[in-house]
Amino acid sequence: MNSWVDLNIIAIVLMNFMMLSSSRIRICIRVVAIQGILIGLMPLLAGVHSTTYASLVSLSISIALKGIVFPYLLLRALQKADIRKEVEPIGGYPLSLLMGVILFLVSCWLSSRLIYAKPLFSNLVVPVSFATFFTGALIIVSRTKAITQVLGYLMMENGIYLFGSALLGGQSLLVELAILLDIFVAVFVMGIAIFHISREFDHIDTQNLTELKDWVPSKQE
Amino acid sequence: MPIILLILIPFTAGLISFFIKNDYFRRGLIIISSGIHIALTCSVWFKQPPPLLNGYFALDDTGILFLTITSVLFFGASLYGISYLSDEKRVIEKQSTYHRHASVEATFTGCFLLFFSTMTIVIVSQDLAVLWVAIEATTLASAPLIYFHRTKRSLEATWKYLLICSVGIALALLGIFFLAVANTADHGNMLLPRILEHAGNLNISWLKAAFLLFFVGYGTKMGLAPFHTWLPDAHSEAPSVVSALLSGALLNCAFLGILRSYQICYAAGLGSFCQEIFIFFGLLSVLFAAIFILGQTDYKRMLAYSSVEHMGIIALGIGLGGKAVFAALIGMLGHSLTKAGLFFVAGNILSYYRTKKISDIHGLISGKIRTSAILWIIGFLLITGTPPSGIFIGKFIILKEALLHGNYIAVLIFLAALSLVFIGMSRIVISMTQGVPNKNTDTATDWQNAFFRLCPSAIFFILVIVMGIYLPNWLTQIIETTAKKLGGF
Repeated sequence: MNSWVDLNIIAIVLMNFMMLSSSRIRICIRVVAIQGILIGLMPLLAGVHSTTYASLVSLSISIALKGIVFPYLLLRALQKADIRKEVEPIGGYPLSLLMGVILFLVSCWLSSRLIYAKPLFSNLVVPVSFATFFTGALIIVSRTKAITQVLGYLMMENGIYLFGSALLGGQSLLVELAILLDIFVAVFVMGIAIFHISREFDHIDTQNLTELKDWVPSKQE
Repeated sequence: MPIILLILIPFTAGLISFFIKNDYFRRGLIIISSGIHIALTCSVWFKQPPPLLNGYFALDDTGILFLTITSVLFFGASLYGISYLSDEKRVIEKQSTYHRHASVEATFTGCFLLFFSTMTIVIVSQDLAVLWVAIEATTLASAPLIYFHRTKRSLEATWKYLLICSVGIALALLGIFFLAVANTADHGNMLLPRILEHAGNLNISWLKAAFLLFFVGYGTKMGLAPFHTWLPDAHSEAPSVVSALLSGALLNCAFLGILRSYQICYAAGLGSFCQEIFIFFGLLSVLFAAIFILGQTDYKRMLAYSSVEHMGIIALGIGLGGKAVFAALIGMLGHSLTKAGLFFVAGNILSYYRTKKISDIHGLISGKIRTSAILWIIGFLLITGTPPSGIFIGKFIILKEALLHGNYIAVLIFLAALSLVFIGMSRIVISMTQGVPNKNTDTATDWQNAFFRLCPSAIFFILVIVMGIYLPNWLTQIIETTAKKLGGF
């Protein structure tokens, strides 16, 4: 056990709850970015990877992407769409936080049922990675602004990345970079889509994206 | 060498076409690259190419089967696509927004070719992580294609597609990490042949969880109910040529992702666990599709739900095992060709009448676009499984296998759903083709290259009918070897 690692993990959990309770999108973007950086630093703190040249490269690229490039892209999309605040999430903030706590407990239960082949550097890391993943999913489902949904997607990726860094040694560098490239393009394309949505609809509220459905009740003539 | 070319030719052509100003040159590029692609695919049948990059990329029998479907569909789609693009341009010129259209078409062509390239990477990649990267890349390359018409509705469809598929695929990424943990004995190696070799050493409980994640993740992209919600929107709002590719090629590629993980589970002795999942979600998809086809008001959405139905049938076939796996693969071939052809015809009807509402279209058969109407009816008969066709063979063998297994509940649900689909679709097709033709067709715009508009679907339909009568030996062989790896015989 390493106290820096545990401190880092606790910070990551706090980011989850901050994300769930914050209504200002600008802050949300930064929270996800900081979380990304913290998760990127995790392998260094824990010292699980032998610090090879390859693992350092992938580490620094992932930190640069999550900490600088993504928030930059999203803040720019935010500026173009001209919005500041997220509307009240479905069910309100207290319920949202409560759900976050419940998801955290579920993650603890889930990870206690898994059996690991080799000892982990911290008991908390797997539950926290699941919790981050689920919180991201919760954000996507309960928030209505398109940009917050992208943040939820990034949080899910953060959770997966944390899980990966906890249980695996470095994958091959090429594959890791390809995965990062994919996520980068995803954020990029979603950013463009947000821009188009704000231009076409004058808002980026996905609750109003309801034109496409089955069985439209026939209008009375 | 062929593998590199198969990937790089559409890729470079796609990158180049973002910067070409001339429409004709760009359209020529589509035809040339898909022509070379299909020629290379033919050469692969005669001489299996050596693996590349330490075996990260290789073409096995499964790969060749999927590559052929994709390549043929793209070739048909590019023939149809160039006439579609030139007709769209004429319509837009009338509305005097031509300048905007030029860049829109460049984006379309570029993404179209990149989509083609990423799909090829999905098929040839032997490393599960690379496969994941490629499947996510297909989502990103095809999202701008759905937004081609630049309408609110298409934007909504694009957003749903992007978000739902990306989240689904994120689950599959978690699945990859789970699989790596299951494979700790081999240091989390992800190369398919190597995992299969050491399948006995895999940790079973992690592998089970990994398969579930793969199934839900790639199943979202494949359009299995209840994760199919993006599919009808995307298929109805995309240009018809794109819908054809989404339905005929992309869904198969996502299915390939599931098949690869199933292959591992089967080798590790988890066959029956996975088969139950396949059967459950297969039946659920067929049932969902049947219910939604019944009350459908939009003919492109009807085709989309029919894709959900067929994906369900394929999953059911894989789940039943034995001869049904073979049948599922035949059905997949038949579905890809027929559905692509149907979407092409739907595109003809749409660009003629400018409406997707079923209730607005009557008397196609006695109207001006009679050939399209005839193809529409033939396609409907083929897709619902009228003999002789590849789809009929597929459905029939699956039914027989389910009866042999004594799985009567599956038989009952399957038959009931198929008849509901038939009733629903025939109601729609009859009301569209029969009756008095629409009078106010002044707004209707005719298309210029009738040959390219009709030829691809006609050829696809003929191929499917021939499949029902005669299956060449080389095709049977390759499907059988694929089926063997997936628990069939």
